[in-house]
Amino acid sequence: MRELNVERITSVIEKLCIEANCILPPDVKKALENSVREEVSPLGRDILKDILKNAEVAEENMIPICQDTGFAVIFLELGQDVKLVGGNLNDAINEGIRRGYAGGYLRKSIVDDSFLIRKNTGDNTPAVVHTRIVPGDRIKIILAPKGGGSENMSALRMLKPADGVTGIKNFVLEVVDKAGPNPCPPVIVGVGIGGTIEITTLKAKEALLRPVGQHNSNPEIAQIEKELLEEINNLGIGPQGFGGKTTALAVNIETFPAHIASLPVAVNIQCHAARHVEAVI
Amino acid sequence: MTKNITTPLTRETINSLKCGDRVLIDGIIYTARDAAHKRLVEILDLGKGLPFDLNDQIIYYVGPCPAKPGRIIGSAGPTTSGRMDPYTPKLLKAGLKGMIGKGFRSQTVIDAIVKYGAVYFAAIGGAGALLAESIKEAEIVAFPELGPEAVYRLKVEKFPVTVVIDKEGNDLYRIGKEQYRKI
Repeated sequence: MRELNVERITSVIEKLCIEANCILPPDVKKALENSVREEVSPLGRDILKDILKNAEVAEENMIPICQDTGFAVIFLELGQDVKLVGGNLNDAINEGIRRGYAGGYLRKSIVDDSFLIRKNTGDNTPAVVHTRIVPGDRIKIILAPKGGGSENMSALRMLKPADGVTGIKNFVLEVVDKAGPNPCPPVIVGVGIGGTIEITTLKAKEALLRPVGQHNSNPEIAQIEKELLEEINNLGIGPQGFGGKTTALAVNIETFPAHIASLPVAVNIQCHAARHVEAVI
Repeated sequence: MTKNITTPLTRETINSLKCGDRVLIDGIIYTARDAAHKRLVEILDLGKGLPFDLNDQIIYYVGPCPAKPGRIIGSAGPTTSGRMDPYTPKLLKAGLKGMIGKGFRSQTVIDAIVKYGAVYFAAIGGAGALLAESIKEAEIVAFPELGPEAVYRLKVEKFPVTVVIDKEGNDLYRIGKEQYRKI
């Protein structure tokens, strides 16, 4: 067993909070640069250029790309040969969030209950943590701060198996069309298909972690991703919803086996500030 | 084309703004989002005076990040405007003339914009670092206990926005989409 003090996890998460919020991932930047060349609306092109300029200003000054520095969503892959010492893992994670959001001058956007008093917790805790136990003696931490504007435009529907690919595509298009300008397009569309409802939505969120431009390894699913991207970009919504071609930068689909009676589909929308970073310790 | 305007908004300025115009704003604007809107409308409902003069002013829907040492304000981009829709007609009636946010407005709000001769601008959602560069002064004027949701008085220079709903009720989100829709 490899012993690891949870204090390491705290300090890594503290750094990841600041890095994720201030530096736009290179794959997203590249996709935005391509979209400037392909956008047909002059206003849309100006908007895309400003979004790229924003990323430069943020990185240069190490200030957040977007003031909504999000819910701290963490995917933790915990090697089964790691023995954690020095404290409680969950407390260590939240302490990392607390330090990162304070030290990085990030906005604290979490209220302690969702519909009663809605008092801000003051330190952006708790984090949302998804843990998987995996072989090995390492810990992989992925931090993906998730903004409220795009999360609010996400949706889940329990389709019938007979609805098939057409039903899935129609649902995804409907969600993106209805969202219009609200999730700050251009967006990245994460789609989860199959499983039980909690897995369906988790798959949709995991889909957002895949680099822009990389397709599902199953060629049939990759084809659906490409078709959906084209159809979404024909909706006319465009950058910031002002009209144009660049409504989405990518459609990423992740799947899970399903019950013989079910075809659940979740759509998780991510704004262009598609922030995620990872570290292995 | 890009137009330069100053606050407070005059009738002449509002008349000159058309849906789709890019605009640079100079002058004072006020911030308010969900919690501050709730309080402002509660004050109006009680028939009391607001903590700042709303007449001919612009409200910016934003909850900024804390300022790093040496900076005026943290990242400060717009939040989704639709959440303010239930409160907006009352503020327009009370003299508000402009709003900056992002995303759809309800038909009730569009009707109120036309009725009171106001304008709805969008700033780029997710460009809070760039937008903060145009903010030259920031001072809390109400509800400091709301943290990022407090009301700030901002002095802005060349603050970049786009006219989404003009005083005629033309809506760029509808018009722009129709122009480029292919399915």
